[in-house]
Amino acid sequence: MTLELYVNRNTSMLNICNLSIWFSSYTIGLRYQETRVIRDLDLSLQSGQVMAVIGQSGAGKSLLTGAILGILPRNARIKGRIYFKGELLDQGKLRRLRGREIALIPQSVTSLNPLLRIGVQIARAAQLGGIEKKEVKTTVHRTFERYNLQPTVADSFPFQLSGGMAHRALTATATVGTADLILADEPTSGLDPSTAHEALAHLRELADTGKAVLLITHDVEMALNIADLVAVFCEGTTVEVTDAKHFVGIDKLRHPYTRKLWNALPANGFLKSDISPLSFSGASGCPFHSSCEKKETICSERFPSLQATDQGWVRCHYA
Amino acid sequence: MDSMYTMILRFFFYKTFRLIVLIAAVATISFIMVSHSPIDPVDAYVGPAMIRVSPEQREVIAKRWGLDKPAFERFGRWAGQLAKGNFGVSMIFNEPVLSVIGKRFVTSFWLMALAWSLSGSLGFILGLTAGAWENTLLDRGIRLYAYTMASTPTFWVGMLLLMAFSVELGWTPVCCAWPAGLSAEQATFWQRLHHLMLPAITLSLIGIAKITLHTREKVLEALQSDYAIFARAQGESTAGIVYRRALRNVALPAVTLQFASLGELFGGAVLAEQVFSYPGLGRATVEAGIRGDLPLLLGIVLFSTIFVFTGNLMADLIYHLVDPRIRTTSEGLS
Amino acid sequence: MISLTLDRRTRTLTIIFACLILFSGIFIGAWLYGEKGEITNLTMRKLPPGWGLPFGTDWLGRDMFARTLKGLRISLGIGLSAATCSAFIALVLGLAAATLGKTVDLVITWLVDVGLATPHLVLLILISFACGGGAKGIIIAVAASHWPALTRIIRAEVIQLRSSDYIRLSPRLGRNPLWIARHHLLPHVVPQFLVGLLLLFPHAILHAAGLTFLGFGMSPHTPAIGALLAESMRYLSTGMWWLAVAPGLALVVSVKAFDIIGNNVRALLDPRTLRE
Repeated sequence: MTLELYVNRNTSMLNICNLSIWFSSYTIGLRYQETRVIRDLDLSLQSGQVMAVIGQSGAGKSLLTGAILGILPRNARIKGRIYFKGELLDQGKLRRLRGREIALIPQSVTSLNPLLRIGVQIARAAQLGGIEKKEVKTTVHRTFERYNLQPTVADSFPFQLSGGMAHRALTATATVGTADLILADEPTSGLDPSTAHEALAHLRELADTGKAVLLITHDVEMALNIADLVAVFCEGTTVEVTDAKHFVGIDKLRHPYTRKLWNALPANGFLKSDISPLSFSGASGCPFHSSCEKKETICSERFPSLQATDQGWVRCHYA
Repeated sequence: MDSMYTMILRFFFYKTFRLIVLIAAVATISFIMVSHSPIDPVDAYVGPAMIRVSPEQREVIAKRWGLDKPAFERFGRWAGQLAKGNFGVSMIFNEPVLSVIGKRFVTSFWLMALAWSLSGSLGFILGLTAGAWENTLLDRGIRLYAYTMASTPTFWVGMLLLMAFSVELGWTPVCCAWPAGLSAEQATFWQRLHHLMLPAITLSLIGIAKITLHTREKVLEALQSDYAIFARAQGESTAGIVYRRALRNVALPAVTLQFASLGELFGGAVLAEQVFSYPGLGRATVEAGIRGDLPLLLGIVLFSTIFVFTGNLMADLIYHLVDPRIRTTSEGLS
Repeated sequence: MISLTLDRRTRTLTIIFACLILFSGIFIGAWLYGEKGEITNLTMRKLPPGWGLPFGTDWLGRDMFARTLKGLRISLGIGLSAATCSAFIALVLGLAAATLGKTVDLVITWLVDVGLATPHLVLLILISFACGGGAKGIIIAVAASHWPALTRIIRAEVIQLRSSDYIRLSPRLGRNPLWIARHHLLPHVVPQFLVGLLLLFPHAILHAAGLTFLGFGMSPHTPAIGALLAESMRYLSTGMWWLAVAPGLALVVSVKAFDIIGNNVRALLDPRTLRE
């Protein structure tokens, strides 16, 4: 059973169905090998919503943004369907949509060209984002004000900005245009708590104006402050999607991995248990089965399908 | 402002020191090598007047250059002479070595400058194009040209051009820097240019190849960088990324390489001048080597070392001046 | 698409093999046929390429194909032997610089800088002059001037290896230096050295050809390609184009073949250098 049966494609902003991503490479002796990093991933997002994709860092969550925008490296192979505003995406459509309707807030300031001034880069982002040439200057000015960036920032180079300013500049590049879907990749990594709060507040504000925000983060606590929905990411697939309000107690959380994450939160005692990175072996069965306490034989054999719950769904044989 | 001046001063002092040490080293090594060669140093330094020199005069000369003393002292005296600016007299040209080098360098300079500019600009443009349209027919064609040229000897390319354009078509002269019979002063600018063309094109063809490949690699590297991927996410096309954003990032290493490749340029000039009988410094080097003109050869070795050093110095300078990260270290917003 | 990618390895191996066949062909051909190039035949002078004479004949009626084969063998021989010497010098110096302490490192690094300070060809001319010219002079010159770049690479590689964790920990696990060298260092250094050596060949061959062209290896016993081309310079204006085109083309093909071997071996040993 796939996500398409659960969600009306036409009302969502973003719909990801059965997404799988493989990376190919050559080892010594020029031997070809392929590794699957994303497996049968499903996701659905409406306008005005903030969805936080949580899970361990380095598990491949950032690949989602690449897949949605169609900018994965050349040795990546994709299978599955991504719908944006009801339309099935392909490279041709993405060429028109990138920047204009779907925008990315990257993780670090290295995404800005170190040899060009900030103002130039944001102006170009505005142009690509659908702003008319004559409107660019005023729009950029407005965006600067909105994010509390002094006019002098426009003449500076990226290395001259502080951490907070850099992040606000990155947010500005995504919001200066007309994009309705904002993808935020680890917006709080490396930031001090107050700056992180501010960054997340901006995202919440964007959702409140009607945009859809997909927030990828490993910082569960902070994300819960602004998220409407939470998608739990484990070993290349989403194992649970639920309302953020359910994260007040462990009983409303259905998947064993989600419960482990909940226990590991600082507020709940840092119960680390064994959430260790499992290898992307493409093994069969549930991705969590080796660490799961509810494990049965079926868990190591068959990949669980989606089960509906009252606010979302879960991918487990026993939830 | 104060720190800026001290930085520049320190830079130049350091570089000058390195140059002196380098010259000393090169001079020493060359001297050692040459003292093992089968050439009689007295003959070499006496020069063309060799025949008319009596045994007593030879002894006097030998004494002046310290040729009768052990190697170490000989070296000391030779170095001393060099430091005073006396590089000896060229046996072949019957002139002080420094003036030979000076005159010949001027002739070679125009050849090298023309080839250098051509290969630098064309190589850069081709490299950008090849990188921006990677794996298309255009890129493959450019790569084929570049890789083939990299395996081709400079002098052979010169010979082919000579055969095609000078012998078969008669469009360009067969040799020399200006028409035979005229002296250097009598030749016009256009005549010189006419004679410069084929040697310069020869040198450029190979130079273009190296720069194209290097630029192309830098473009591909730039396309994998974070800022390029982000630009693509914003909707920029590959060509857009290359021409609008990555240009500076690619130009900097390209220009640096240009200045650091003066050594290769000189080497190429030696070969090209041989094919086209172009009377430049390269040709002089070959003649000095074959005919055993010690003072001239040593002089050219030292001169070319300084030449290469200058090129590397410029490359360093440009890198420091152009990269804004290094330029504006004193400023900073918070 | 699958079959195309599986063939990558086979394709690479096939290309390497084909080049090796080419070289065997050259050397065997030169051995069988080379001396024919010394036979002068005044009735068959200045003939352009045609039947039975794929490269034509020169002004003395000598078969250019045979002369080219012999010339190639000599040029390749000079280039290969000189490059191999250079590569071993680079190996020794690189290892020494990375393992024998700060002073040795400083001295060798400085030597590398000095080696690169003069235009390569000028240095070659100086050395072959100092050695009295001839084939011996050329080999020594090429061998003595190609080691700087490879020394740097090997030195960098070994330094990086030595600072990696598993090598620093090995002595504490009771391994003696020789064991560490054999099991940890060698598997990384050998491929770099091999690739460096293979890629040195094209440069060495081209430089040797340049030197012989300029006249530094001139002797009747060593008609290397460069010398052949230098001789043919005199006859260019008489339209005997095959005297220059044929040997030059043969040289380009051989050098390119070495380049291809070097790049393909590098791809096999370190696929990360593939640009894909």
